[in-house]
Amino acid sequence: MKTGAHFDVVIIGAGLSGLAAGIRLAHFGKRVCIFERHNAPGGLNSFYSIAGRKFDVGLHAVTNYVRPGVKGTPLGRILRQLRLDREELGLCEQRQSRIAFGPRGDVALRFTNDFSVFESEIARVFPSHVDGFKRLVKRVRETAFAPEAPPVSARTVVGEHVRDPLLADMLLCVPFFYGSAQENDIEFGQFVMLFQAVLLEGLARPFEGIRPILRLLVDKYRKAGGERRMGCGVRSIVARGGRAVALVLDSGEEVEADHVLSSIGAVETEALLADGDREEMDRDRPVPGRVAFVETMAIFDREPAQLGWGRDTTVFFNDSERLAYAVPEGQVDVRSGVVCIPNNFDFGPDRRLPEGILRVTCLANYDRWSGLPEGTYAADKKRWYGEIQASAGRFLPEADLRATAAATVATDMFTPRTVERFTGHRNGAIYGSPTKSLLGRTALSNLHLCGTDQGLLGIVGSMLSGITMANRHVLSRTEG
Amino acid sequence: MTKDECKNAVIAIISDIAPDEDLSTLKPDVRLRDQLQLDSMDFLDIVMELRKRHGIEVPEADYPKLASLDSCAEYLTPKFNSLAAKS
Repeated sequence: MKTGAHFDVVIIGAGLSGLAAGIRLAHFGKRVCIFERHNAPGGLNSFYSIAGRKFDVGLHAVTNYVRPGVKGTPLGRILRQLRLDREELGLCEQRQSRIAFGPRGDVALRFTNDFSVFESEIARVFPSHVDGFKRLVKRVRETAFAPEAPPVSARTVVGEHVRDPLLADMLLCVPFFYGSAQENDIEFGQFVMLFQAVLLEGLARPFEGIRPILRLLVDKYRKAGGERRMGCGVRSIVARGGRAVALVLDSGEEVEADHVLSSIGAVETEALLADGDREEMDRDRPVPGRVAFVETMAIFDREPAQLGWGRDTTVFFNDSERLAYAVPEGQVDVRSGVVCIPNNFDFGPDRRLPEGILRVTCLANYDRWSGLPEGTYAADKKRWYGEIQASAGRFLPEADLRATAAATVATDMFTPRTVERFTGHRNGAIYGSPTKSLLGRTALSNLHLCGTDQGLLGIVGSMLSGITMANRHVLSRTEG
Repeated sequence: MTKDECKNAVIAIISDIAPDEDLSTLKPDVRLRDQLQLDSMDFLDIVMELRKRHGIEVPEADYPKLASLDSCAEYLTPKFNSLAAKS
């Protein structure tokens, strides 16, 4: 079925990268349409409601936070490129976070949005490794974005500078949990990006979480003249002569386009191509990711601090001698993970979130969740919810689990199965494929990736991904 | 259009692209890059805003001619004027 619709650019997925790309393209007069299978925008950083209560998925914090006046960083770049006023994002800074290792988190490194705090923590806890740490930081600062360089193991580079395996694990765990699609390692360029985003720059959050960011982007896109079809996914991509020529929508409708940007993942995009088009590829085929997570969300009738959960915004924890960032044998690995307490951003003296929120993220095994019958699935979620919260509680030693249970007014938990269902990412792998395509290339010359599998990470990174792919592959090409 | 008007048109574009920059003390004969924090993405935007707002095409080979306000005026004023003559 043809409708005759023709666009300069079509974008698959209304997540942060797709919306950012759309804003750029529409602003410069391209006729652009975003197709999103779900009814809500946001993709991997979205939200949902249960009984009138909004839950964010994805966003723990906006990384890459820098204060006004700091220029030449990713946050400044997205503000300029999307013509956003930083006030519109309403970012509130974190109070403090920790990396806590050991059975009760005895070895802890505090970090804030002031990097010197982290440096002095390293000097306090690992005095004989300060020089190695400084050399590593220097290397990080000097590493330029090099999309065509061969991949380098971050574990190897960190190990060359930091001889203490405990400190090396502590430094690796933040980039791992906030963006690694590989088990027990991460490509060094990606490590640099995440180390910069979280530790050299910092964490912040809009008061209302992800929703105001999405509203802002959707609004900007609409005002720039961009079109959007929600609840309308893409079933396949029609190719001719090595180029994408049209999209077949879930409805059976066909729309033509000069360029296609896909934010849905490398493997997921390839699956939209006919077999013959896929096989024309003369490069390595993308590999599906396997690293997946569960996350518990608890809502309290008071601030988590009143239940002993303290003032930390995030806590990266691990109880074992070595950090195992890998797909667990069982359903969940509670030995390590990330605690996020959204109440512990600094919203100013007169503003508090209406309820307490505690989120805990742990590694999970997709296969052990995907095939379960409904009853077992619900029972397993319930069981793991308790184990995850108890495990996280060890790293916030004042946490009163009994009082916490009494103050809990709602809970929810997402699993790799939830992620796959709502985002379409294979295996529920939120960080996508372990091999990234920084230039966004695919089998077809006018089909490019943006978002997770292009490889810029985090909230700001994903927007920058959409921006750079729109610039590079569409806007910088001068056409008639 | 005079060269000063042309400079003002360029300044108007830069102030929208980089509202966080102070443009009140820009020296016309010094490279923009040396006075402002502008990266290649920002320069791409200057070129695209010229096309969007004024219908002026700047081929990639001519990007160096946008280095300073003076060189912008030198290069762009005739383009503005020939477009005005056509319309």
